[in-house]
Amino acid sequence: MTEDLGKSPDKHATPRLDELESGPWPSFVTGLKRLRDSEDKPYAGMVNDLMGQLEHSYTERLGFWKGGTVSVFGYGGGIIPRFSEVAEKFPESKEFHTLRVMPPAGFHYTTEVLRQICEVWERHGSGLIAFHGQSGDIMLQGTTTDGCQKAFDELNEMGFDLGGAGPALRTSMSCVGAARCEMSCYDEARALRTVINDNLGEMHRPALPYKFKFKFSGCPNDCVNAIHRSDFAVIGTWRDEMKVDQTEVKAYVAEKGRKYTIDHVISMCPTRALSLNDDDTLDVDNKSCVRCMHCINVMHKALAPGEDRGASILIGGKRSLKVGDLMGTMIKPFVKLETEEDYQALKDFGREVIDFFADNALEHERIGETLDRIGLPAFIEALGIDPDPNMVRHPRTSSYVRTDDFTEEAEKYFVRKGLRPDGKAQAAE
Amino acid sequence: MTDATEVKAAPAKPRKPVESGVPDPMQYMHPVMLKNYGQWSWHERPRPGVLRHVAKSGDEIFTVRAGTQRQMDVYTIRKLCDIADQVGEGHVRFTTRSNIEFMVASFEKVPALIAALNEAGFPVGGTGNSVSMISHTQGWLHCDIPGTDASGVVKSMMDMLHKEFIAEEMPNRVKITTSCCQINCGGQGDIAINVQYTKPPKIDHSRVGMVCERPTVVARCPVAAIRPAIVNGKPSLEIDEKKCVCCGACYPPCPPMQINSAESTKLAIWVGGKHSNARSRPTFHKLVVANLPNNPPRWPEVEEVVRKILYAYKDDAKHWERMGEWIDRIGWPAFFERTGLAFTKHHLDTWVGSRNTMNMSAHVRF
Repeated sequence: MTEDLGKSPDKHATPRLDELESGPWPSFVTGLKRLRDSEDKPYAGMVNDLMGQLEHSYTERLGFWKGGTVSVFGYGGGIIPRFSEVAEKFPESKEFHTLRVMPPAGFHYTTEVLRQICEVWERHGSGLIAFHGQSGDIMLQGTTTDGCQKAFDELNEMGFDLGGAGPALRTSMSCVGAARCEMSCYDEARALRTVINDNLGEMHRPALPYKFKFKFSGCPNDCVNAIHRSDFAVIGTWRDEMKVDQTEVKAYVAEKGRKYTIDHVISMCPTRALSLNDDDTLDVDNKSCVRCMHCINVMHKALAPGEDRGASILIGGKRSLKVGDLMGTMIKPFVKLETEEDYQALKDFGREVIDFFADNALEHERIGETLDRIGLPAFIEALGIDPDPNMVRHPRTSSYVRTDDFTEEAEKYFVRKGLRPDGKAQAAE
Repeated sequence: MTDATEVKAAPAKPRKPVESGVPDPMQYMHPVMLKNYGQWSWHERPRPGVLRHVAKSGDEIFTVRAGTQRQMDVYTIRKLCDIADQVGEGHVRFTTRSNIEFMVASFEKVPALIAALNEAGFPVGGTGNSVSMISHTQGWLHCDIPGTDASGVVKSMMDMLHKEFIAEEMPNRVKITTSCCQINCGGQGDIAINVQYTKPPKIDHSRVGMVCERPTVVARCPVAAIRPAIVNGKPSLEIDEKKCVCCGACYPPCPPMQINSAESTKLAIWVGGKHSNARSRPTFHKLVVANLPNNPPRWPEVEEVVRKILYAYKDDAKHWERMGEWIDRIGWPAFFERTGLAFTKHHLDTWVGSRNTMNMSAHVRF
């Protein structure tokens, strides 16, 4: 802050922002000042006026940006246009658009590619970059309309592409997954790239009723928050028994103590599927296990997901606007994700859901709202998905439903389950 | 309309984009992670901020996690790159909550990485049962509809929470989020700090007819409180203020319906949101305090409430209980007592399905 003593008089005073330079956490204000003070760089003036406008917001307690329409040649989305409403005071940041750029799946970078991104953004933008936005984009924040095209052209030559904005397929996210995590139940990066890269037209030329997001988590810990935050959540899971290394279980109990193990592992199982044997080995009722991950998280050396791995698909998560927050709903309890055909089938199902959304959602309606409006039976019938008890917490409690085809529907269930149509006789066997 | 006599150079042929999509991460991945892709066996945390992952092959990778300001200038990014090149191995990644991770193949390199990061002012932590970085939005810096700032709120809170970021002393993970409007782009959190509007929008009737597609705005209202009207001879919109729930949904499609003001835009604190499926199902956060002032640059009133809630949880929750699970055990009466916060009629939900949030039983706590 002492460096401000020598600053030239045309720099905006920022007394409120200056207060955000103290304290132990890295300060974005100090970073902005570094850009503002880079007087040999083209962006110094832009960042000075940006800081002036931000200080103005801190004083007035109001925002001063408005949207607009800016795009790069060939695309209809991926740029967040921002025009200043106080440009007469802060002319050099009157245009301050953001490029949303899709990151490598799993957010892996070399320092070399990060430095290249910085160079592009020093040439054509403000020098301010967020890793990453809430949709997962690299957000290159702050350039002119002209700068958008120049920056994009260079980034595109490096192998990067714009992400989504507006009523379109949005940029996706996947967890670190198979790259470093033993909980990973499928190849998250492969799934993400297979699904997204085959639907880029929906991202780059927005024509959907509203936004549509995919997110990919490798296990039910859901580190990319897919159930809450995506229309189409792919959550890794397994169908067979979890793996138990009883020697490591004993070692855990020996280290942590029996009471701790019972209180913090066994008793915290949500479906009472665990029991500690008298010899300190673990008894698992795999039919009752709901794959919540708690015991595996806590005893990660002793326990692991099973071998028959794949994913659950939940549809319909979104944030508040406008009917209130919705979580994804279980639609496919298990899809195998192992072979190329499996990944293609996931991609095809994703496409079917996007098509259904495009054809049936009202304007500005997320697919979760569509599900609420039309009901789950209509949705799964349209997509050819069979009803499954994993879709509900419990069956309906309202009697207001027409059930004159109940018997036929029940027969379909018994056929699907490989039971004879007269399920009674089968059940008695 | 072009002047026929004007001589114009032929416009340069615009470059056609290469629709390359999501880049392949394998080209940037640490070679040990690439070699053992999908073949990891177990992990441990030698100390806060450091992960040790062991592959089935016996290979190991060490990760040092550090906090960043997320909105980074190129100098900060280059500083992080210098650290990765000089004492790391040139490969980094970012977490969902904007922490940066440095991967190295041997533990010997970890102390130098930690020292270099601390020296440069980046806190090492955010692993295990810590308070990780706050996931947040854009705010006054870049959003077109913000009620408050994002980066500034986060900087203020993380200064307070720094000691909990670099330690692993919480009962379980604590995920904090902020959102600058009620759309809640910051998402669900154990503690969420979100803008809460308190007054209906103020309408600039001189501009509505010019700027807004009126039927769209009418349709956007979740409680059907907006209707077309002629005001001062001009087409505009009017609001039934008794119906209005002050959600702000009409403001993005119609900026002349200003929902924000310096005084009426407030902050609310919510608790008990959870993304993970571990133990309990994922949950939404629940309102605990509203009407806190939007008080830049440090938001001290918000900080005080966050501290009260966080330390009540830290003091009382059992190991592995997330915020919401702790409250499920002790009950809401105890939560309000222990945090010293008030329970009001505004905690009784009135939205669709709200009866399902009520206590439909004789279970009570005294």
